[in-house]
Amino acid sequence: MSALGANWWKRGAGNRNLQVGLAMLAVLLLAGAIGPWLVRWDPIEIDFAVALQRPGAAHPFGTDELGRDVLARVLAATFVDLKVVAVCVVLPFFIGSLIGLASGYYGGWFDLALMRLVDILLAFPHYVLVIAIVGSLGPGIANLYLAFALVVWISFARIVRAEVLVARRAEYAQAARLLGYGHARVMLRHILPNVITPAIIFMMSDVVLTILAVTSLGFLGLGIQPPTPEWGLMIAEGRTFLQDAWWISVFPGLAIVYVGITFTVLGEGLDDFLRPKG
Amino acid sequence: MNAAVGSPLLEVEDLRVRFTTPTLDLTAVDGVSFRIEAGEVFGLVGESGCGKTVTCRALIRLFGGSPPSAIGGAVRFAGRDLAALDDGAWSALRGSEISMIFQDPMTSLNPTMRVGTQIAEVLQRHRGLTAREARAAAIEMLASVGVSAAERRHLDYPHAFSGGMRQRVLIAIALACRPKLLIADEPTTALDVTVQDQILKLILTLRNDTGMSVLLVTHDIGVIAQTCDRVAVMYAGNIVESGTTAEVVKRPAHPYTRALLAALPAHTRRGDKLRPIDGEPPNLAAPPAGCRFHPRCSFAVSACREVVPPAIEVEAGHRCACLRAGEIG
Amino acid sequence: MKFVWFLLGRLLQLVPVLIGITAVAFLLLRVMPGDPATLMLGARGNAEDIAALTRQLGLDRPLLQQYVGFLGDVATGSFGLSIASRRAVGAELLDRLGPTLALVGLSTLIAVALTVPLALLSAVRRGRWADHAIKLVFIAAMSMPAFWLGLLLVLLLSIAVPVFPVSGYGDGFLGHLHHLVLPSLVIGLGTAALTIRALRSSIIGVLGADYIDTARAKGLPERSVLWRHVLRNSLMSSISILAVHTSWVIGGTVVVETVFGIPGLGHLLVSSIAARDYPVVQGLTVTFALLVVAINLLADVAYVAVDPRLTLS
Repeated sequence: MSALGANWWKRGAGNRNLQVGLAMLAVLLLAGAIGPWLVRWDPIEIDFAVALQRPGAAHPFGTDELGRDVLARVLAATFVDLKVVAVCVVLPFFIGSLIGLASGYYGGWFDLALMRLVDILLAFPHYVLVIAIVGSLGPGIANLYLAFALVVWISFARIVRAEVLVARRAEYAQAARLLGYGHARVMLRHILPNVITPAIIFMMSDVVLTILAVTSLGFLGLGIQPPTPEWGLMIAEGRTFLQDAWWISVFPGLAIVYVGITFTVLGEGLDDFLRPKG
Repeated sequence: MNAAVGSPLLEVEDLRVRFTTPTLDLTAVDGVSFRIEAGEVFGLVGESGCGKTVTCRALIRLFGGSPPSAIGGAVRFAGRDLAALDDGAWSALRGSEISMIFQDPMTSLNPTMRVGTQIAEVLQRHRGLTAREARAAAIEMLASVGVSAAERRHLDYPHAFSGGMRQRVLIAIALACRPKLLIADEPTTALDVTVQDQILKLILTLRNDTGMSVLLVTHDIGVIAQTCDRVAVMYAGNIVESGTTAEVVKRPAHPYTRALLAALPAHTRRGDKLRPIDGEPPNLAAPPAGCRFHPRCSFAVSACREVVPPAIEVEAGHRCACLRAGEIG
Repeated sequence: MKFVWFLLGRLLQLVPVLIGITAVAFLLLRVMPGDPATLMLGARGNAEDIAALTRQLGLDRPLLQQYVGFLGDVATGSFGLSIASRRAVGAELLDRLGPTLALVGLSTLIAVALTVPLALLSAVRRGRWADHAIKLVFIAAMSMPAFWLGLLLVLLLSIAVPVFPVSGYGDGFLGHLHHLVLPSLVIGLGTAALTIRALRSSIIGVLGADYIDTARAKGLPERSVLWRHVLRNSLMSSISILAVHTSWVIGGTVVVETVFGIPGLGHLLVSSIAARDYPVVQGLTVTFALLVVAINLLADVAYVAVDPRLTLS
């Protein structure tokens, strides 16, 4: 990518945030991919005989009220949650970026109308809207995707639009137009690569916000349904046993925190990498 | 008054200021010495980057976000050795005995505080005045620097003042506690020419009224000629010439000083071309060997590249650091 | 007098936004797949009930007419009747408003109490261990889901060491306060994680300003410089930072109230969704949006009061 510049390897080498973030991400993906195979317990199999066991040698994270190994469930839930989060981030990213690009580039009534719409939608707390939409449509993954797509695109649209407004006046854009390139081509091939960076960086923070939102929905019973292991769901299930078996709720939460830290650190590293200052 | 009759108010001996970062090692001030007597206006002139601002800041140890890694040499003020002061002593000294005004009046005042309050603050800090007393004194100060309708204007915020007026306010703040020394770093550079004149006259008037000394730092030798009793010319971290203003301006001994004067519009006769100085100031992280000015000097000889010229006395009180000082005339 | 005009002007600007808010809330139900009445009654209803409900809610009338009717309802403060409780939705909302406002208020206080000193410390000791430590702690805090953090706090401060109640709202002012501490801590910590970073940047910017040089050159002790000059100028950004995160705070009440059993608007949202009580859901979405708008308006008013450079024009 031209935006990366010639010495991207060197820039990456000195960037500790980026390295740590990527390492944490690698561990996360590995845990999700091969973790379930390494742990010999089945995450869904019920066995009352070993219910509510404290963390120990056999069950490092203990067992829940149905005798299921918590570690196995936490690992199994990894890709469940990550997959949902990925879609719920990437979909709005595409939709929002394209709309923001068009809006900033063409301006006019389209842009005006869009900004009004954004103002209105911004008045609703993101989370309330998502819940209301999911609540109305009913639980289920597809509805989850729809709800996030309908609500989160705004953030990306605003970011991209702001960048486009600046880039539109830049020399390379004017030059491209003078050369006779059509609007679409100038937008997509010339402006887009230069304005997409902040949106990509924001994607990292959005992952953190989304994992919190998705697991919250799971906690409230509005997201992914049982018996699929899902971190939020597991925390909700453990709530009744908080006093006697705290591990059921605590460990899935730690997994969520790990994901959050990973992407926060990764986001900072990416920011320094893509937008080096001074 | 001073510690002893005859001893200067400020004595700077071999001041060195060095900045070291992982990527840079720069000696911005490399062995600067001068003295300022009580009641005199002393000018420090040189191009941007020559180290004059760093010198000022080193005198009051105020560096903001990027402090130097080493400050060497001795600075004595009214007989006191300033290197020995702790934070508390410095804070008591600044604003009451030594004051400084900075380069850009537009950004040097707190935008969310009334002008009168900013002046009163110094008085409350150093003179222990009550709020009411300080306010009255602030109004007086404001009037004395030439702000009309001071009883009304002291309640205004900085954005209600023009650049020149803000500089007056800053002078009021600096002089509220009647300091012995005022350090003025490019006080007129950011102002219009007509306003420049007014501010310089104001500084001179205040000096006459209070007997304070002024260290006036500028890149404009014309300003020096207009206001200063004595002057030191600075280049690339060194002082290359010093003496009374009259002497240095009429009979400049150092090629750099001559070039500075030649670049002034007032010094060229009609028909002559303005002659800016060729070349660029040197990189202080890797200064030229020998005399630092030699790459740009029209009088340079081979010796200039090898030997660092010592400061010699050309005439009484007039010193110059050039191997060919006597020959150029 | 100028102030009143300013306020009116702001309110007028808000009208299109307010109308838009009602439109969104209205459409929320009407564009969902399936017929609203059927959705609401779910498995409970037979054809007759559905028809009756449809007539009752006016769902058989043209969409635009329904919207106008809805607008009228909103203007008079009525959102219809709750299906679950049969009470006026407006009354339900009013009942629940108090606890939510208290929660938001206390959370904001905690957030401010955490943000100002920690942001100041981070900024002044930039790059040193205090700065890094604070950063690390809050990266972790920001990654914690509110419901989990809530449970964790309950585990530690209600079960292990019984300092605070596990759930509920309590009686009387002190009782309420006691019950609100943990939930406010949850929201406050999460908010602080975001606001500390922003305020820290702002303070660093101010620290580099020329007028801070002037303040130090006056001989003011560093503490004076920080409080009277640095913080004063960061106040503007503090307000705007807090305002921006209002939306987040209010959204946070949904989960936190549910976890702690606080009888507020957030809890109502969750329970009415579960009960498919759509008039209530609708009323709630509008109310939440109005809350955010109101707080932003307050912030605008606060800017003008704080920054002498802004006039009331």
